[in-house]
Amino acid sequence: MASTAVSDTHDWLSEDARRRVRRRHAADLRMRLYGLAAIGLAVGLLAVLLGSLVISGHSAFVQTKVPLQVFIDPAQVKPDNVGSGNYRKLVRDAFRDLLPGEMGRTEERSYLDMLSSGAPFLLRDRVLADPSLIGQTVTVNAPLADPIDQFHKGVTPRDVPEDQRRVSDLQIGYYDQLMERGLISAPFNWALFTAADSRFPELAGLAGALVGSFYALLVCFLISFPVGIAAAIYLEEFARKNRISDLIEVNINNLAAVPSVVFGLLGLAVFLGFFGLPRSAPLVGGMVLSLMTLPTIIIATRAALKAVPPSIREAAFGIGASRHQVVTHHVLPLAMPGILTGTIIGLAQALGETAPLLLIGMNAFITSEPGGLTDPATALPTQIFIWADSPERGFVARTSAAILVLIGFLVVMNAIAIFLRQRLERKW
Amino acid sequence: MVTPMQANAAAISEQRERNKESDAMSEVEAVQAPRPELARVAQSGPTAIPKTAAKARVTARDVNVYYGDNHALKHVDIDIYKNEVVAFIGPSGCGKSTFLRCINRMNDVIDGCRVTGEINLDGHDIYARDIDVVQLRARVGMVFQKPNPFPKSIYDNIAYGPRIHGLASGKDALDEMVESSLRRAGLWNEVKDRLRQPGTGLSGGQQQRLCIARAIAVNPEVILMDEPCSALDPIATAKIEELIDELRENFTIVIVTHSMQQAARVSQRTAFFHLGNLVEWGETEQIFTTPNDERTQGYITGRFG
Repeated sequence: MASTAVSDTHDWLSEDARRRVRRRHAADLRMRLYGLAAIGLAVGLLAVLLGSLVISGHSAFVQTKVPLQVFIDPAQVKPDNVGSGNYRKLVRDAFRDLLPGEMGRTEERSYLDMLSSGAPFLLRDRVLADPSLIGQTVTVNAPLADPIDQFHKGVTPRDVPEDQRRVSDLQIGYYDQLMERGLISAPFNWALFTAADSRFPELAGLAGALVGSFYALLVCFLISFPVGIAAAIYLEEFARKNRISDLIEVNINNLAAVPSVVFGLLGLAVFLGFFGLPRSAPLVGGMVLSLMTLPTIIIATRAALKAVPPSIREAAFGIGASRHQVVTHHVLPLAMPGILTGTIIGLAQALGETAPLLLIGMNAFITSEPGGLTDPATALPTQIFIWADSPERGFVARTSAAILVLIGFLVVMNAIAIFLRQRLERKW
Repeated sequence: MVTPMQANAAAISEQRERNKESDAMSEVEAVQAPRPELARVAQSGPTAIPKTAAKARVTARDVNVYYGDNHALKHVDIDIYKNEVVAFIGPSGCGKSTFLRCINRMNDVIDGCRVTGEINLDGHDIYARDIDVVQLRARVGMVFQKPNPFPKSIYDNIAYGPRIHGLASGKDALDEMVESSLRRAGLWNEVKDRLRQPGTGLSGGQQQRLCIARAIAVNPEVILMDEPCSALDPIATAKIEELIDELRENFTIVIVTHSMQQAARVSQRTAFFHLGNLVEWGETEQIFTTPNDERTQGYITGRFG
């Protein structure tokens, strides 16, 4: 027969056949190596990025401080007007008391400059919170000013000429004396997460940006999640497949690829210009971000709906469920893991988005956390943008630290997405 | 040599034997004195339903189905009688499933599908404007080729239909409905201790019986089965076939099957479809032993298909 004739004449062990096998194996191996090289490159670059961020940013997670014994003198702080007491004098006196001995006027000024200019505000906040402290002695762990902070952390080296560093030899002398007495410590810098932005790097924190980002993402979620799901359900379950639905699909896919700065301009023109919504507000930021997240959610939801096997729809239709019942009772619950995953990934993108927020003014210098959706605020990426622009050494480390915090949030969000996908995914 | 036609006839008589046997096992007295109806069945086969008692439940007149420009089903006229099993046979793509899905308007959800002609259920046109398709599908249940239980508990699978149609008032009534549906589907004893476990955890045959139980839970008049055994092993298939025979008492059943033996075993009437035409339909024994059309003859003897 013809079919056996081929295998009769073909010698699977011939030199020719062996060479073909060898070539095939070599090609397999090469393909694997290309893949490994690509992954190695990607992982390596990621490691370089994270490594450089950690190296430059780790110092911002601690803050150099001195403990001050401050006597809150009723003569300086009036109980009936706690807010406007002379805290500056109280703090400076306490700091001065740390080093006994005579100092000239210039020396004293140079010494007092080592204390952060924000220290009086820390004391004021404590007394404002608890006015009964007036007349007592309290311990304030006050931050040192940025040049000394950087010096302590080793960012500013000791062995460069005095005119090339921001700490004078005199200050280094005082620093050494304080060190000898064991007064300088560098505890974990909680202020990085609890304080809002500040002109002084040693006081600046991310709290305002975190709250601003949270509000913006909340608004973004509240708008884009229901609208995105409704649009996807209509397109996937109800709309007839025709020219118009094709056109809509192409446009949604296009929208997902529109540069985010365009959405920012749109937000500026429409939300701020036409509707007159407040500038720099997380409300507007969230609305702009939702324009960007919407296509992502629609596309992810449609994919999740498509992945629900048709047999489930048939089963439900076959028993007399209406379209609405089929969708709400069967298709949507089964698609939910995919929808949530897509939503979280969309929100993670929105969290890192900078350009549209810059255009609606969320890069303002704001020293308090936003109290609501319409208060001016910054967001994490815009805070990074602001800090990256600031000249002080302390902000360099803080920029890297803020990037690490942002990346941390992204990792957590993506981990939640993966967890949801694996946990809620059903097998059928 | 045994011809395929003889084999089919043998399958029919074998089914008869099986029926007798199972009856004999359950009722000892039947062995001593066969019940009159059994005796009648033995004489004339399962197809012998007196014509006067048979009332058409579904009548189709000049039904045409188009998928876009494709004329998938051409001028189908058929009557489906109460308390009978009708088998649709024919080669793949012949339109038998298409016609089946016309009877509960499952084709409505397919884009570009158009149905003309008239299908009456108890004398009312199901394609009339005033017919609600959701109610129609409750009256005409469906069991699919691949068992497709909802990824919910066994209980919820059955209770879903009664719930959405408001058939049960209160939890006790619902419990009762679930139990009776599972009993009628012959599944109760196997699952009564694990009603809260997912229906997808059952074996293939059990899943299919769960789907049948789900279909009968809303008490339909007609049950459509689209190759219900094609994904099952022979033992599960035998169970389903037995079940179909029992269900015939209360429901009208239409079954699409690729197995001619199965058609011969379970059905009273058989319809043969070919290339979108309903070639021939009639009593199963007649179709399998003395078909009128050459194409039917060719198909059941295995010359094409």
